[in-house]
Amino acid sequence: MVKLIVDNKEIETEDEVTVLQACLDNKIYIPNLCYLKEMDNPPGSCRLCFVEIKGYNQPITSCTVKVKEGMEVRTNTEHVRRLQRTAFEFLLSVHHVDCKNCPANKKCELQRIAKFLHFGLKLKKLEQLEREEGVEQDHPFMEYVSNRCVLCGKCVFVCQKKNGKAMLSFAKRGLDTVISFFGEEDKAKTTCKECYACVEICPVAALIRK
Amino acid sequence: MNQNSKVKLNEIFTSIKAEAETRLKDISGDNSQNIFIGMATCGRASGAVEVKATFEEALIERKINAHIIPVGCLGHCYGEPLVIIDKPGFPPILYQNVTPGKARLLVKAYLEEGDPVFEHVLGAMEENDMIPAVMEFPRFNQEKRVVMANCGLINPEDIYQYIAKGGYSALVKALALEPEKIINEIQESGLRGRGGAGFLTGMKWQVVQDSEEKDKIVICNADEGDPGAYMDRTILESNPHQVIEGMAITAYAVGANRAIVYVRAEYPLAVEMIKKAIGQAKEIKLSGEGILGTNFNLDIAVFQGSGAFVCGEETALIQSIQGKRGMPQLRPPYPAQRGLWGKPTVINNVKTLASLPPIFENGAKWFRGIGTDKSPGTAIFSVVGNIVHAGLVEIPMGVTLRALIFDICGGIPNGKKFKAVQIGGPSGGCLPDDFLDTPIDFDSLNQAGAMMGSGGMVVMDEDACMIDVARYFLDFTQKESCGKCTFCRIGTKHLLDILDRITKGEGREGDIELLEDLSMDIKNGSLCGLGKTAPNPVLTTVKYFRDEYEAHIREKRCPAMMCRTLTAYFIDLDKCARGCDACVGSCPTEAIFTTKNRKKGIDQTLCVKCGECMVSCPPEYDAVRKVSPPELAPKIERPKEE
Ligand SMILES: Cc1cc2nc3c(=O)[nH]c(=O)nc-3n(C[C@H](O)[C@H](O)[C@H](O)COP(=O)(O)O)c2cc1C
Repeated sequence: MVKLIVDNKEIETEDEVTVLQACLDNKIYIPNLCYLKEMDNPPGSCRLCFVEIKGYNQPITSCTVKVKEGMEVRTNTEHVRRLQRTAFEFLLSVHHVDCKNCPANKKCELQRIAKFLHFGLKLKKLEQLEREEGVEQDHPFMEYVSNRCVLCGKCVFVCQKKNGKAMLSFAKRGLDTVISFFGEEDKAKTTCKECYACVEICPVAALIRK
Repeated sequence: MNQNSKVKLNEIFTSIKAEAETRLKDISGDNSQNIFIGMATCGRASGAVEVKATFEEALIERKINAHIIPVGCLGHCYGEPLVIIDKPGFPPILYQNVTPGKARLLVKAYLEEGDPVFEHVLGAMEENDMIPAVMEFPRFNQEKRVVMANCGLINPEDIYQYIAKGGYSALVKALALEPEKIINEIQESGLRGRGGAGFLTGMKWQVVQDSEEKDKIVICNADEGDPGAYMDRTILESNPHQVIEGMAITAYAVGANRAIVYVRAEYPLAVEMIKKAIGQAKEIKLSGEGILGTNFNLDIAVFQGSGAFVCGEETALIQSIQGKRGMPQLRPPYPAQRGLWGKPTVINNVKTLASLPPIFENGAKWFRGIGTDKSPGTAIFSVVGNIVHAGLVEIPMGVTLRALIFDICGGIPNGKKFKAVQIGGPSGGCLPDDFLDTPIDFDSLNQAGAMMGSGGMVVMDEDACMIDVARYFLDFTQKESCGKCTFCRIGTKHLLDILDRITKGEGREGDIELLEDLSMDIKNGSLCGLGKTAPNPVLTTVKYFRDEYEAHIREKRCPAMMCRTLTAYFIDLDKCARGCDACVGSCPTEAIFTTKNRKKGIDQTLCVKCGECMVSCPPEYDAVRKVSPPELAPKIERPKEE
């Protein structure tokens, strides 16, 4: 077991876990979207779980640092909050906010983070970015709503984990990046119908059952 | 290595070298005439293939005996196609902008009749008392060729030409040393990676050498995705063997038996040249199994990338070789610890690797004697934009920007003023004239807010709008973002949108501060180097050209008069010549009309601001004016149609 100090409070945790996991296990919430406990190499892509750790001269993502005895962590500094708010506003600026009609309403991770950061779901300094609207209907059992998706990649991870190979992947570049089902497979023959792991893990209902 | 194998190693190489020298005599014997034609991509683009064909024809027609030797690129792009003719009794002469017509002329006048045709000569390649030597020009004598020493002078498709120039002897030297000694030598040389970040090469190697893992890999990074940078391509096309030799030294030092050249498929000629070179090296046992009779094996393969900018980033590059989407991964672990297929991997840039043979040939101390204390050696820049002598320039580190731009590259053309220089590729910074005395080295450029990057350098004259410049680079990085992390994927697009609206005259109070804030957050928050550096063009232009931003936002004025929405053309009626119609036909939108007194006016509602009328107005009238903001254009009514 390892002891570390988070926001001036001592917590105890298993060895070899990430700072993010240690905090979450100890009921200290740090906003995050792309992290799952089972991941050996967390992608570190959502850029929300910043903390300050003594010895590092800059905020660092807590999903990428393993705990160490005596480590001093602060989860709520001004710099941390600034990065989290900017990252969150970025995500919001490409998100189609329509909570009333969204299946994720009330269990949506974005709502949770907005509340935690006292941010609300309105843009403050940025403008909404226009993206192609659209729901991908290609898949016989699922729909993909691109302007809800936060590209956390959890769906790709769980699919890979459950089926040995991922039938979902990132596609395109830059702002056009989306999650896409592999084209060459005969989707009707896939085991998706018995699985739906991706739909269940999606934090924002971008993947939904048909 | 024991004494016996050292002797054997030297014996084998001596016989290879003897072969190289015999072959060299065949082509450059006492009475042979040689025509060297620059056939790298740059030469081909300006017509070298046709020039070569013409030389071949003309030689046959006139029954003249001469060898045509295709060579790589000298780096003097402004003079392409470049041809060197070496004729007994004369110094080798460099000709510039050779056309098929000039080629015929040279065969007849020079090769047949002995007249070197002075008006087409750029200079002699050797000191002599007949023709001014190129060494007298700053573009040649202020350069220091280490990496590019043989580029443009040898046939890249002939390994023996490289060997005859001393090639592969550094490898022979290295193979006689213990790997530790090699790493010490590199550490002493202070060599820093030329792929952008300037990381100490020796330190990287040490990590890989120290690893317990048996299987290690060397990767040559020739992805070169920066728009406007083409030095890595040029080196591969002009002297691939120097890179192979560097890879072999690296592999031997760290204990690797596999090497991969990662080169973009958009570089077909570079791919062809490096593949050919690898094959030739293998044939005479300079790579493959049992190199030069030792028990060192090295298998070199070529991997063609599909040309995403981000795949030049080392972790994305590794993903790409493994058949995955080119997305950067978190470091640590660094590739040196866990790289391709999980093996310890050295990734070095083409120029880093090509620096190794000269270092081993001449010693670490010699290398340290070039450049500055913290950045030893040379830097290669592709200097483009508003510059007289554009091309590739290899200079000792520490030369100032002023010396590079004005002395070596001839300054700004057309009598215009220098405005800014953008250094380090799309994520470099724009520096104004206050910074011209900055020495070119890793640390000084970083301090100024620019960076060495891959060595792209764009020189801009007074006509450049700095907001438009920042917009251009952000447009590139935003499109090339891999889409993985929030700050880079979405943040760069917001920067681009704000810049876009400023150039359209829709900037608002607070936009400058917003750009600064977002830029800082994107720098601090992004996952990989792409996002961390993408805001540099914004940050530096805001810092050094803030007044231009203010003019755009507050006065809706573009000081450089580049932003179309913020400018207007009009015709100065005092200067316009009655009855002249020169501009009318040039206008693509029929915006030009004739006034009552038979002069011309521009209908602002139809004008698309292409500037054609300004070009077509005869210089003696010079009546077309450009203004910003557009309201400054006087209103001239179109006469009612009768
Ligand atoms: C977005 C991005 C693009 C890059 N592109 C290249 C490239 O085209 N060529 C290159 O050698 N290094 C590139 N790099 C740097 C590599 O990640 C790596 O540092 C380099 O290949 C190491 O070689 P060196 O030590 O010889 O410099 C890039 C880095 C980033 C962040």
